[in-house]
Amino acid sequence: MPLLEVNDLHIGLQTQRGPAEAVRGISFSLERGETLGIVGESGCGKSITVMSLMGLLPSTAKVTGSIKLDGQELVGLPEKQMCQIRGNRIGMIFQEPMTALNPVHTIARQVGEPLMLHRGLTKAQARKEALDLLDRVGIPDAASRLDAYPHQFSGGQRQRIGIAMALACGPDLLIADEPTTALDVTIQKQVLDLIQSLVKEMGMALILISHDLGVISQTVSKMLVMYGGSVVESGPTEDVFARRAHPYTQGLFAARPAIGAPRGLRLATIRGSVPELVDLPPGCPFAGRCAYTVDACHATRPSATVLPPDHAVRCMRLEEIAAIAGKEAVAP
Amino acid sequence: MNSSPPLLQVSDLVRHYALPREKLFGPPPTVKALNGVSFAVQAGKSVGIVGESGSGKSTIARLVMALDTPTSGSVALEGRNLHTLSKADLRTARRDFQMVFQDPYGSLDPRQTVARIVAEPLEALAETRRAEQRERAAEALAAVGLRTTDLDKYPHEFSGGQRQRIAIARALITRPKLIVADEPVSALDVSVQAQVLNLMQDLQQQFGISYLLISHDLAVVNHLCDDVCVVFKGQIVERGEPAELFANAQHPYTRTLLSAVLHTPSR
Repeated sequence: MPLLEVNDLHIGLQTQRGPAEAVRGISFSLERGETLGIVGESGCGKSITVMSLMGLLPSTAKVTGSIKLDGQELVGLPEKQMCQIRGNRIGMIFQEPMTALNPVHTIARQVGEPLMLHRGLTKAQARKEALDLLDRVGIPDAASRLDAYPHQFSGGQRQRIGIAMALACGPDLLIADEPTTALDVTIQKQVLDLIQSLVKEMGMALILISHDLGVISQTVSKMLVMYGGSVVESGPTEDVFARRAHPYTQGLFAARPAIGAPRGLRLATIRGSVPELVDLPPGCPFAGRCAYTVDACHATRPSATVLPPDHAVRCMRLEEIAAIAGKEAVAP
Repeated sequence: MNSSPPLLQVSDLVRHYALPREKLFGPPPTVKALNGVSFAVQAGKSVGIVGESGSGKSTIARLVMALDTPTSGSVALEGRNLHTLSKADLRTARRDFQMVFQDPYGSLDPRQTVARIVAEPLEALAETRRAEQRERAAEALAAVGLRTTDLDKYPHEFSGGQRQRIAIARALITRPKLIVADEPVSALDVSVQAQVLNLMQDLQQQFGISYLLISHDLAVVNHLCDDVCVVFKGQIVERGEPAELFANAQHPYTRTLLSAVLHTPSR
């Protein structure tokens, strides 16, 4: 049995402009020790998806489908039981380390808090455990800094403290939502390396959300590309990077400027802009922005085509697009 | 070499900030944000400043924009030292250099219409009438790919990428020679980033604008700039053409920056 199994998950949100379907039927599963990346742009539903795993959606949100952690259904689970899982079996690292930490509590207290809550440790035991954790995430001279406050640490160190908090109870699943977006590039690499080595060492499963394809390619073994609340492409990271079968994935790759590219080169853009969730078209969410759009794209949502072994793409014109791209590659 | 003065000449710029006194009788500690930075931007060319947070790159932007006064050193635009100009002269000189900020959400007043936001630099120059300002605002919007009908809308009606276009239109309206852009695309999504970078490139070719581009993203600088300065602890540690510099980095800090870039495998 997989550690996490998400099946046909739908999430409806109440917005100012009326109800919107933020997640439209996504499914994936994750084994222990496996790493999964979710890529997509703002508003594609990636953060809402992991928030639903944590049971942190707004109370007006409507969730249907199933999320099973070790066989236990999380959709519709009473808050009291969800509290047993959140922070204990599922740990989360947030994007902004300054706002994720409480500025008026010492770091020993914050890192020790989940241990006292979930493991029933005493204050002294939790403090000792917190010291171990802070050592492990590489806070230099952690023993003397236990009673320091978040503002006394740099951004990278704060993110390490956030990681120590997420790891405190030895979760089965670690969720990292854009963990390095607020950090400098050199610090980004250190933090990603740390997450990777901890995941390996502790045998956790990892879900990493990022808009940065570089981060995804170097950190996770399989990935989902999300657009407009749906998974448009999924599979092993290498396969997705090598084939880039969905036109949106292709657009995302082409849009990045590259170091060493000749000057004066124009970047390929995806025309139009990301549709708002309230205005999502009934058919393929990418229809209209996609260069290969035909009438049928607007009418029905494409089903997933599986490219063996387990690379799935939701596009109804997959073969035609491959043929066109093939011709273009030969022609010039 | 060139005989006319460069568009922007930054010479030996130093900026130290005094911190609150820690001891009652001792000197207050200082932060040495910039320690003697010199570079030049030739007309029509663009220079990128790369570095990490705390390296002093945003201090350079603030000093070049004359939003802050240097401890020592000078910033000269077409030979005129910006920091010795009178207030009134500086105000008129500002038509030649404008700024685009990082956060397209924080840098536009939510209670003003796009027409007012974009025309505000003209209003500050006090040389044009309302009707002409509106016309110029419409022109500036057209240059960044927005519509005249957008003039009467408010910032919240636009997406992040569109807001950054509005900010660029506001910078363009005085027909400046230099635009200082502090992390102009880092708050935007990848596909929107590409649109804004292409726009900046088009405007450069169309109007001969120079950019002083502040960024932590080496690829963005590589895309837009003719020259790059790598800033580390308030000093320029390495400079050169991006292609040459990134292929052949000498300074250990530049190498660290380069090795931290996560490459996406190419097909």
